[in-house]
Amino acid sequence: MTESSLIQIKGIRDGLLVSLGEAGWPVVQRALLERIEAQPDFFKGARLSLDVGAQALKSVELTALRDQLSERGITLWAVVSTSPVTENTAQLLGLATRLFKPAPQRETASPRAASPIPQDKSGTFPVAKGIDDETALWVNKTLRSGTRIEFAGHVVVFGDVNPGAEIIAGGSVIIWGSLRGFVHAGAQGNKNSVVCALDLSPTQLRVADEIAIAPKRSGKPQPEVVRLKDGLLQAEPWIPG
Amino acid sequence: MTGTVITVTSGKGGVGKTTAVANIAVALASDGKKVVCIDGDIGLRNLDVIMGLENRIVYDIVDIIEGRCRTRQAMIRDKRLPELFLIPAAQTRDKTAVSPSDMVRLCDELRAEVDWILIDSPAGIERGFRNSVAPADKVLIVTNPEMSAVRDADRVIGLLEAEEKPTPSLIINRLNPNMVKRGDMLSVDDVYDLLRIDVIGIVPEDESVIVASNRGTPLSMDGKAKAGQAFRNIARRLNGEQVPFLDLEATSLWDRLTKLAGRK
Repeated sequence: MTESSLIQIKGIRDGLLVSLGEAGWPVVQRALLERIEAQPDFFKGARLSLDVGAQALKSVELTALRDQLSERGITLWAVVSTSPVTENTAQLLGLATRLFKPAPQRETASPRAASPIPQDKSGTFPVAKGIDDETALWVNKTLRSGTRIEFAGHVVVFGDVNPGAEIIAGGSVIIWGSLRGFVHAGAQGNKNSVVCALDLSPTQLRVADEIAIAPKRSGKPQPEVVRLKDGLLQAEPWIPG
Repeated sequence: MTGTVITVTSGKGGVGKTTAVANIAVALASDGKKVVCIDGDIGLRNLDVIMGLENRIVYDIVDIIEGRCRTRQAMIRDKRLPELFLIPAAQTRDKTAVSPSDMVRLCDELRAEVDWILIDSPAGIERGFRNSVAPADKVLIVTNPEMSAVRDADRVIGLLEAEEKPTPSLIINRLNPNMVKRGDMLSVDDVYDLLRIDVIGIVPEDESVIVASNRGTPLSMDGKAKAGQAFRNIARRLNGEQVPFLDLEATSLWDRLTKLAGRK
């Protein structure tokens, strides 16, 4: 494959979008850097988003590329991929994974966009394809400030969700730990979604279109469940059975 | 010799990163270890002032990286502690003058010559931060017992996790035991409850820190100040010693007497 077909560049509202072809990651990365070296002035100061296709990238690979780009005066701000691995890595590194933000509220359940990149307001999640309501994402760690998890199904966190961390799920969110950050369950309009945590004191909570903040809690934390009841978000102690 | 690279960072500014670097470096060097401090805050250098070496700067880190001098030439030797060196930051350039791979190369070169390399990271999570953590073997996060500093520390820990760096350790700086007792300040437990990483030092609030910084003689050089003692303990813990945390509670004479009398 020639270099020119590996790298495709176009201008978008937020800077440059570079689409990378299918080849081994070292090959693609080298091709990209060579392309940049060829026109350093064109790229200098650019805000770059990368569409890496189905490449599964780990954080060493993405950080290395980000650092190499930043050495050339280029800011990498987004990585779009159909691989959940890459997407997760990008989110952990604080990179955007969607090029257009959906409207912040009143996201309604919308048909999935036909184009590969979600358009404004369609608000589909990149991993949405082929995921039904019964699928859950298992997150085996504490989510710290700056982490954002987006998933079309349910999300289960084995750890805390700290202030400044965000979870946006199409389904329910279960946290085996303290919830102090932001959670949006049923983000695509599913009003039956619930949020539960061992210690529920979120910065802000949303289920479908409803928004709530946690009242000041007194006393010992206990496991609680939040669900939509009569159009209001209500928390109640979790009692199995 | 294979030196260990320690980066001190925080996210939030003004929590005491530079003070921590100067004091820990002095404490390690007093112990006979060969130590070099690198000021990573290019454009806003401070470490030279706090260490009292400002007027001796000839070359800086950017001169090393751009090949205008040898590494040796930019290392300023502290006259009080002959095993302590400083590589100052450039004041007339910015963070983009250095890249993460430059820092890795520089530290690899220094590792062969010294026991400890301490990097003073700038505030923030941008280029300067990434430069500073790139070569780190161990990262120390400085925070104050206040919500905004703890939030930023949490963000930085998350970034380090994402980059697959070893889990950092925490220095809680400027703790005021009386305020904690009154419930007006986050306690060590409160901070730990959110961050959940090892605490390697608890440094009490101490006016003499400011005096020492202005004089350019880091507190841990001598004296009985509790903050200086706390920094010396951090250095000992870095050396692998088990050192109990200072008792910061019994501050007043009356407290100490009642404690001695076993009435508390």
